[in-house]
Amino acid sequence: MADAQELAIGAPARAGSLRHQRIALAVMIAFFALAPALIYPVFLMKVMCFALFACAFNLLVGYGGLLSFGHAMFLGAAGYVSAHAAKVWGFPPELAILAGTAAATLLGALSGLIAIRRQGIYFAMITLALAQMVFFFSVQAPFTGGEDGIQAVPRGRLFGLLDLSRPSSMYALVFAIFVGGFLLISRIIHSPFGQVLKAIRENEQRALSLGYDTDRYKLLAFILSAALSGLAGATKALVFQLASLTDVHWTMSGEVVLMCLVGGLGTVFGPVVGAFVIVAMANYLAQLGAWVTVVQGAVFVVCVLTFRRGVIGELGHWLKKPF
Amino acid sequence: MKLKRSLIAIAAAFAAGTAHAQISDGVIKIGVLNDMSGLYADLTGPGSVVAARLAVEDFGAAKKGMKVEIIGADHQNKPDVGSTIARTWYDTDKVDVIVDVPTSSVALAVNQITREKGKAFLVSGAATSDLTGKACSPNTIHWTYDTWMLANGTGSAIVKTGGDSWFFLTADYAFGHALERDTEAVVLKNGGKVLGKVRHPFPGSDFSSFLLQAQTSKAKIIGLANAGGDTINSIKQAAEFGIVKAGQNLAGLLVFLTDVKALGLQTAQGLIFTETFYWDQNDATRAFTKRFSAQAPRNNYPTMIHAGVYSAVLHYLKAVEALKSDDGTKVIAQMKKTPTDDPLFGKGTIRADGRKIHSALLVEVKKPAESKGPWDLYKIRATIPAEQAFRPLAEGGCPLVK
Amino acid sequence: MNEIFGVPTQALFGQLLIGLINGSFYAVLSLGLAVIFGLLNIINFTHGAQYMMGAFVAYVLLERFGVGYWWALLVAPLVVGATGVLIERLMLSRLYKLDHLYGLLLTFGLALILQGLFRHEYGSAGLPYRIPDELLGARNLGFMFLPNYRAWVIVASLVVCLSTWFVIEKTRLGSTLRAATENPQLVQAFGINVPRMITLTYGFGVALAALAGVMAAPVYQVSPQMGADLIIVVFAVVVIGGMGSIMGSIVTGFGLGVIEGLTKVFYPEASNTVIFIIMAIVLMIKPAGLFGAQR
Repeated sequence: MADAQELAIGAPARAGSLRHQRIALAVMIAFFALAPALIYPVFLMKVMCFALFACAFNLLVGYGGLLSFGHAMFLGAAGYVSAHAAKVWGFPPELAILAGTAAATLLGALSGLIAIRRQGIYFAMITLALAQMVFFFSVQAPFTGGEDGIQAVPRGRLFGLLDLSRPSSMYALVFAIFVGGFLLISRIIHSPFGQVLKAIRENEQRALSLGYDTDRYKLLAFILSAALSGLAGATKALVFQLASLTDVHWTMSGEVVLMCLVGGLGTVFGPVVGAFVIVAMANYLAQLGAWVTVVQGAVFVVCVLTFRRGVIGELGHWLKKPF
Repeated sequence: MKLKRSLIAIAAAFAAGTAHAQISDGVIKIGVLNDMSGLYADLTGPGSVVAARLAVEDFGAAKKGMKVEIIGADHQNKPDVGSTIARTWYDTDKVDVIVDVPTSSVALAVNQITREKGKAFLVSGAATSDLTGKACSPNTIHWTYDTWMLANGTGSAIVKTGGDSWFFLTADYAFGHALERDTEAVVLKNGGKVLGKVRHPFPGSDFSSFLLQAQTSKAKIIGLANAGGDTINSIKQAAEFGIVKAGQNLAGLLVFLTDVKALGLQTAQGLIFTETFYWDQNDATRAFTKRFSAQAPRNNYPTMIHAGVYSAVLHYLKAVEALKSDDGTKVIAQMKKTPTDDPLFGKGTIRADGRKIHSALLVEVKKPAESKGPWDLYKIRATIPAEQAFRPLAEGGCPLVK
Repeated sequence: MNEIFGVPTQALFGQLLIGLINGSFYAVLSLGLAVIFGLLNIINFTHGAQYMMGAFVAYVLLERFGVGYWWALLVAPLVVGATGVLIERLMLSRLYKLDHLYGLLLTFGLALILQGLFRHEYGSAGLPYRIPDELLGARNLGFMFLPNYRAWVIVASLVVCLSTWFVIEKTRLGSTLRAATENPQLVQAFGINVPRMITLTYGFGVALAALAGVMAAPVYQVSPQMGADLIIVVFAVVVIGGMGSIMGSIVTGFGLGVIEGLTKVFYPEASNTVIFIIMAIVLMIKPAGLFGAQR
């Protein structure tokens, strides 16, 4: 049943002026800079970490067209390494986060080499299998603390100067990491590398025939996505001072898909909006118990059937500009 | 709303006289944090909120002019969800005390956060004896039960009645390992032998293979170091393979009333384990059960965790009343100074390491023919006196105990 | 030879037999998934929830209407199959022209909804379901006691699997269906109502899941969670067997059950993960699966 009619996953981006995107960027930065006055800062930090994770994931699925079902392994593994580095090895926070990110990058390279050779559903299944193995390792290895996770992770002093146990300092760090990561991803998307990636997503055969080594591009995108997911995970471990099995469980891989779907696959700002919506839902619906699962499922269904472009995608479609 | 609160606060300040002690914003806010929708929803869940409410009623807060609010939330058995809720509650929602929290990993996380923020934490649901051991805190009291008590109560009782060779079926995670370790120590101390152990993945679904290994070992007792659905499934499948009929006995190391109800007496009969509360112990517990069941989801009867929440909240409110303050560290200290007395657990004390002491019950599940009602499930075989039921103070390794 | 690798031979045979029993569930479930994917190109993530619904229908039939196991074997698949038909008509059919990963996301969302609803209604401690009286008891095979019910499970699964395989691969109906998926327009031109065939096939795959659920009810507790962790294992089975291959999933289902059983003897902590390790290896060497043909 595979024929040209199949629409590849992710929205095609259109060429156009980037001025509206810069406006959107300014709005987003202003929001996260000012919101802690009104909204609980820990909630916002959680949103920013997940937004970075979703943006990193979107790089792979929205722009690369590769749906990975195992991205939780990068988020979680980085979290464990970062937590362990901060707590047991006594690393200062900047090195702990770096250590976590490095671990995720390495994991990304190894799993990428295995997974990239396949496409479509087989690619998704391999990433799922690898993530399950990371999960199993996390359950068994003594340093991860199994069900308890790594608790009471110290936040430390940033560069030996800034005491991160003060909420405002931690917020500033997370904000800086989020904006930095976002800008990096944005740069990647709009660079020549990003264009080739989009070309591969649209029609891999054509890209191959044009002389591009598609496997190498896909692998690089995979590793970048893994590294930035790791950055999100390592930061999150310090924010919550906890690294747990939730972050390596396969349902976390499902949640990040949901975030991108709701926000808009293949859009620049979509994952941020999607992360905000999903984290807010989980937070404020927590009292409803089992209904949270139902609502999440319903959101999935509605998005796939009628709202495929996601929030930002619909906005972009309506304004006829890409976001 | 804000004005009203400030007025109440000012009024309370005047009422308290010159002392700075004051109930923060005039409201005692109790947060019931547990698993509202997952594996443990029936043994804790919304029932714990009901139990807390009953405690507030029985305390007579309204008549005494004390404003008490109760909120509940679902931590989904995940430490990150639990710690986010705990943080939000303490920081923005002005919650003064968190109660219940099953799932040891979440309890440990909340324990840490409560300590940092100087609030109060009354644990009823979680099992890990580390909460009064190396993780003990001046802001936490561990109510109801813990792994040491379970291991000791069930383990020694069974060995003393002849069950001296054991095979362990353990859930492969920290709680399962702890339970196995504690029970093995008790068995060996009482002169028994451990013939083998097998660890099953957590959560598991099919235990037939492990049960077969247990059968092959020919141990007299198969100890189930797991909980919830795993225990239920192990017991059910053991019945299917005729393990009990062939002469071996099952020892459930953590079993609740609602688990037995879910299994049914046909399958669960003869199971021996330890609890600290049973609804049918005396008139006071029966009266409580009637009121509880009227409000509980599906009219369920209370488990020992629900009873623990009631008892803890009641004692907490008494301490707040005496101190006229809801400062977490101070209230916990006050609670430790005062002996406890409530209709469900009777008289008891709270030790320096935060361990609440009360007697334990060794129960056996009735045969179907012996049961006269849908919840008439246990017969009480023995009562373990309070001084013997819990780990001796000196053995815990709690830094608060010099 | 009394012992193999330190395990008494008798015990080992017992474990192999148990592995075979678990394999039967894997086989029936992955058969349903393979039918749906192989013939319709739909990745049905709702399969676990539909398996759970089958068990619940059996439970409700017994508790509320006093209808026993044998009737439930018939009624539950029909009822759940009907809901499957509704899902296909109302939702899945709109996604056929898109990337079939959208189908996966939709069915994933549906699984979450169903699980949440059942959990809200029934709680999660699990509900008991009696083994039917005719199948109580156990047979002493010398090396172990084999409960009669479990023997029945093996036999029933084999019958269901082999008859399905026969219908799809060897009968005219089956070949029409296979033709319809390869070239719907052409088959439609022959006057065969292709959309209806597709709907009914989806319904049939779902009914198979429900059947597995009914068979599982007396063995495991009937709980809203029962499908959730099982579904990714079953996916692994289908992928290993070859996503389009019916015989592949049957053989792999039984085979993997045995391998899992052996793992439980020698390295029990890994028994949940060994399937994924095998899946990763197979995907690297032969991505179409052991019995599959590259699509």
